[in-house]
Amino acid sequence: MSLNWDFIVEVIPIYRSAIILTIRIAIIGVVLSIIVGAVCSLINYYKVRGLNLLVRAYIELSRNTPLVIQLFFLYYGLPKLGIMLSNEACAILGLTFLGGSYMAESLRSGLEAVSRVQVELGLSIGLNTFQLIRFVIFPQAMSIAMPALGANCIFLIKETSVVSIIALRDLMSVTKELIGMYYNTTESLMLLVVCYLLLLLPVSFLLIFVERRLRYAEFGV
Amino acid sequence: MSSKTGEVILEIEGLKKYYDQKAVLDGINLSIKRGEVAVVIGPSGCGKTTLLKCVNGLEAHQEGSIRVDGKEVGSDDFSWIAARQKIGMVFQSYDLFPHMTVIDNILLGPVQVQRRDRAEVTLQADALLERVGLADRRGDYPRQLSGGQKQRIAIVRALCMNPDIMLFDEVTASLDPEMVREVLDVMLGLARQGMTMLIVTHEMEFAKAVADRIIFMDGGVIAEESDAKTFFKSPATERARRFLNTFYFE
Ligand SMILES: Nc1ncnc2c1ncn2[C@@H]1O[C@H](COP(=O)(O)OP(=O)(O)O)[C@@H](O)[C@H]1O
Ligand SMILES: [Mg+2]
Repeated sequence: MSLNWDFIVEVIPIYRSAIILTIRIAIIGVVLSIIVGAVCSLINYYKVRGLNLLVRAYIELSRNTPLVIQLFFLYYGLPKLGIMLSNEACAILGLTFLGGSYMAESLRSGLEAVSRVQVELGLSIGLNTFQLIRFVIFPQAMSIAMPALGANCIFLIKETSVVSIIALRDLMSVTKELIGMYYNTTESLMLLVVCYLLLLLPVSFLLIFVERRLRYAEFGV
Repeated sequence: MSSKTGEVILEIEGLKKYYDQKAVLDGINLSIKRGEVAVVIGPSGCGKTTLLKCVNGLEAHQEGSIRVDGKEVGSDDFSWIAARQKIGMVFQSYDLFPHMTVIDNILLGPVQVQRRDRAEVTLQADALLERVGLADRRGDYPRQLSGGQKQRIAIVRALCMNPDIMLFDEVTASLDPEMVREVLDVMLGLARQGMTMLIVTHEMEFAKAVADRIIFMDGGVIAEESDAKTFFKSPATERARRFLNTFYFE
């Protein structure tokens, strides 16, 4: 099989800008997902009255609808409510809406796995609720939840491949475009795979490393 | 340190605690003077752990009052957060915070809760570690330590907050036999130095050696209370006699 190298060299800049877009959406989306997830998991863990049910409803809605549909709602629905967002902001919002629930559920299982003894220990030295979460509960919950959180990160990065439906020129979208225009299917798909691997392999390795570093909790009790 | 006939530091009056409808603590009256070592013994399930947990508010009580240094704990002018800094507690499960090194375990309370100077607390922590023979383990993680070592560090962690009274809940009960002694020796040393202690234990020989007073609990009440010598030689109640007999073989 011979590849059309001239074509590849020519379209690399297109892929470069697409990968940068994907990275930007993914990083911001994942970070926001973790923040939303942390807040939601704490609300569930402490069963905060009034908010607990609201958060459960959000989580079920978010987990049980496809990202494509969530994006459609944001992209076509929000302007009807008078809220104008850029395509990219919509994609980030959508990814966060989806990722928040996944992160929340993973973190909640981590929080619930922190033993009652550890909580009592923290209380017994006079920690207040905020300090207890910050110094005792959260670090241990993170450690327990790390494998699940990592899987969520990778899942969310891969999910960015649907943002082309709201007219964003991400990797998936430029690939389809190039195939449509030039019929260099093999080269275009190969570049697509290479780009995703370039994106995800480092993340994967980083997660393995972080997991190793955080593995203290399981030896604790 | 302080004399054994100091003022009352812990005063418990009419303490009642219910789980569901059942009274687990059914009217406990107890007062402990500064420098005194009181040992609580009694059959499993009689409410010893619950009593200690009520004293520092890990369990809420329904009736009665608990005063530390004259102030009612859990009240407006003496919050649980404040009270817990005066009450050191060591648990049965020799638990440290697994994600922190030994020294960070010890510093957490003094630095974050008491807002004391890190350098000053570190000096104190190192001196205490030295005293329990673990100065060389200050940078270790808990998983690198034996149960007995962890328990000695748990004691240091509580001591480093300069508590008025120390509570010990069966701190050797989950340890391998060869590690029991090293922990008891630390506690004995504390007693000799005049630390006020309320100790729950099943180690009868240790109780004899360390106790100024024995408090025998049964069914959520204090069934008998006397000095250690009298209690072990001639317990006044039949219940206490039967309990003590379970520790000896004929
Ligand atoms: N969380 C709880 N819920 C219901 N009952 C409890 C709980 N904790 C302890 N108890 C009951 O309270 C009684 C006293 O328990 P505890 O204080 O642990 O006894 P001890 O430490 O003397 O063995 C026991 O009968 C126990 O079953
Ligand atoms: Mg107990």
